[in-house]
Amino acid sequence: MPRAKSKVVRTSLAKAPTGIQGLDEVTGGGLPKGRVTLVCGSAGCGKSLLAMEFLVHGAVRYGEPGVCMDFEETEEKLRANVASLGFDLRELAKRKKLLVDYVAVERHEIAETGEYNLEGLFIRLSYAVKAIKAKRVVLDSIEALFSGLADSTILRAELRRLFHWLEDHKLTAVVTGEAGEHTLTRHGLEEYIADCVIALDHRVTEQISTRRLRIVKYRGTSHGTDEYLFLIDREGISVVPLTSLALTHKALIDRVSTGIPALDEMMEGKGFFRGSSVLVSGTAGTGKSSLAANFASAACARGETCLYFAFEESPSQILRNMRSVGLDLEQWVKKRLLHFHAMRPTSIGLEGHLAAIHKLIAKLRPNVVVIDPITNLVSAAGTYDVKSMLMRLVDFLKVEQITSMFTNLTFAGDPQERTAAAVSSLMDTWIVLRDSKPNGRRRRELYVLKSRGMAHSREPRELIVSKRGLELGSMLTDHRPATTVAGSGAVAATK
Amino acid sequence: MKKSSTRKRRPAESAGSDFWRLRLYIAGQTPNSIAAIDNLKKICEDKLRGKYRIEVVDLLEKPQLAKGDQIIAIPTLVRRLPPPVKKIIGNLSKTESVIVGLDLQPVR
Repeated sequence: MPRAKSKVVRTSLAKAPTGIQGLDEVTGGGLPKGRVTLVCGSAGCGKSLLAMEFLVHGAVRYGEPGVCMDFEETEEKLRANVASLGFDLRELAKRKKLLVDYVAVERHEIAETGEYNLEGLFIRLSYAVKAIKAKRVVLDSIEALFSGLADSTILRAELRRLFHWLEDHKLTAVVTGEAGEHTLTRHGLEEYIADCVIALDHRVTEQISTRRLRIVKYRGTSHGTDEYLFLIDREGISVVPLTSLALTHKALIDRVSTGIPALDEMMEGKGFFRGSSVLVSGTAGTGKSSLAANFASAACARGETCLYFAFEESPSQILRNMRSVGLDLEQWVKKRLLHFHAMRPTSIGLEGHLAAIHKLIAKLRPNVVVIDPITNLVSAAGTYDVKSMLMRLVDFLKVEQITSMFTNLTFAGDPQERTAAAVSSLMDTWIVLRDSKPNGRRRRELYVLKSRGMAHSREPRELIVSKRGLELGSMLTDHRPATTVAGSGAVAATK
Repeated sequence: MKKSSTRKRRPAESAGSDFWRLRLYIAGQTPNSIAAIDNLKKICEDKLRGKYRIEVVDLLEKPQLAKGDQIIAIPTLVRRLPPPVKKIIGNLSKTESVIVGLDLQPVR
């Protein structure tokens, strides 16, 4: 390319965005431009997918055509894989945006009869790069050469030459490598890659699958040593970035309605702070979902969007149930203000769920999020600490200034706050619902256990659920002193 | 299209399974390429006199041909006839390996 003539020494590191959700955030903008990045991991960890997405997004979104030298899959197979992500390789090839060259390495047909080099590979790569003026290259997985060529001395020297060639031609490259037993890659490819190494991991424990991504090395860019969760779904890879846990988010002062006027009244007449997180805990049938639905509906009535994660009931079930308590949620669904997302808390585990939640939030950018109930998420917890995982989510929501409500199912006889205890410290507001039978008559009660930054009422109120909706009855001061502290009081009430 | 080839022509090109068609891939006139051409000629004259044809393909001139025969290493020799197609790499200096790799029977 003629443009390569003027050699300017750049001090700041140029990046090539991958277009993979979250990955560009955790790498500070993408992979090092004009350099070689190694992506390694065991079979099925998603390294080929990552490489292919980098190439496809580069070609489609960033105007950087790409060449894939595929040592493992034929063009037909690769085409099918990429089609599942919604891209047409044939079309991309026709528009000179992406070329695939399947390199077959089969040992049985290669006898070695003296000195050689891999100039054939260089010629093929260079031919493809020139044909579409490529800026990006993927070699997946070049380690296949090790099984085809016996002379590893020649091979290693040639690999070194290949990586230099890529850099000399200012190509941003992704090279994949299979994980070794004690090394990052089976054949020690990491020795040749100076700039960026990313390791992927896929673990299955107790039938819960977890995918993690770690940036092992990234020269010139500060990066955490953290492992980031990632998810593979129909749209490809999405990485869950760690939001700043430094509590630097701005606390907002405007308020949003709880959806129940009398509850707003208990909170200085104004409701929750915008961008705060609310926990609603209670035993079965105390009205947690109804409260959450009212909160969601109020947001939609203000013209805001709400993302409602349902872990126990299908959206149609929720719509029906809420109609019975005088709440028409369907109108908001029709107006595309209310979005339901139903998930089963199985198989993908807490981490997978959090990754999925994260991804949907980033896509929809809602004003309000409801997770109903969070209990199921906690029970699906894998190896990771539940609290730290939820902290990431809550923190992310706060940074995005999303007001969130989490419902939490507690069990009668249980200290009501036990499961809640793990997450309550992350929450700004905690509303407790419970059953009680003060005079042999069963009733629901509600009180605001805590709400940071406001002078809220501490009085328990009767929660009346009827066709007219949710209402709060008179104060129950006779039954409960205003100064009661959480746990002990709740236990006493169930006796 | 002119092929940069060296040919030893004999009338019996149609002689079926007994005729050898060999294609040698090189990339410019490097020492290994030159050695391979020389070595190949010697072996062929020795073992296949009168029933072979060598075609030399320089990939610097015709890079598009590398993909078809799945060329990675240079030099690579492809036995196109008789079937099956066989492929050996290197400068062909190890004559024994060439004979084994091409499955060359001694001349009768």
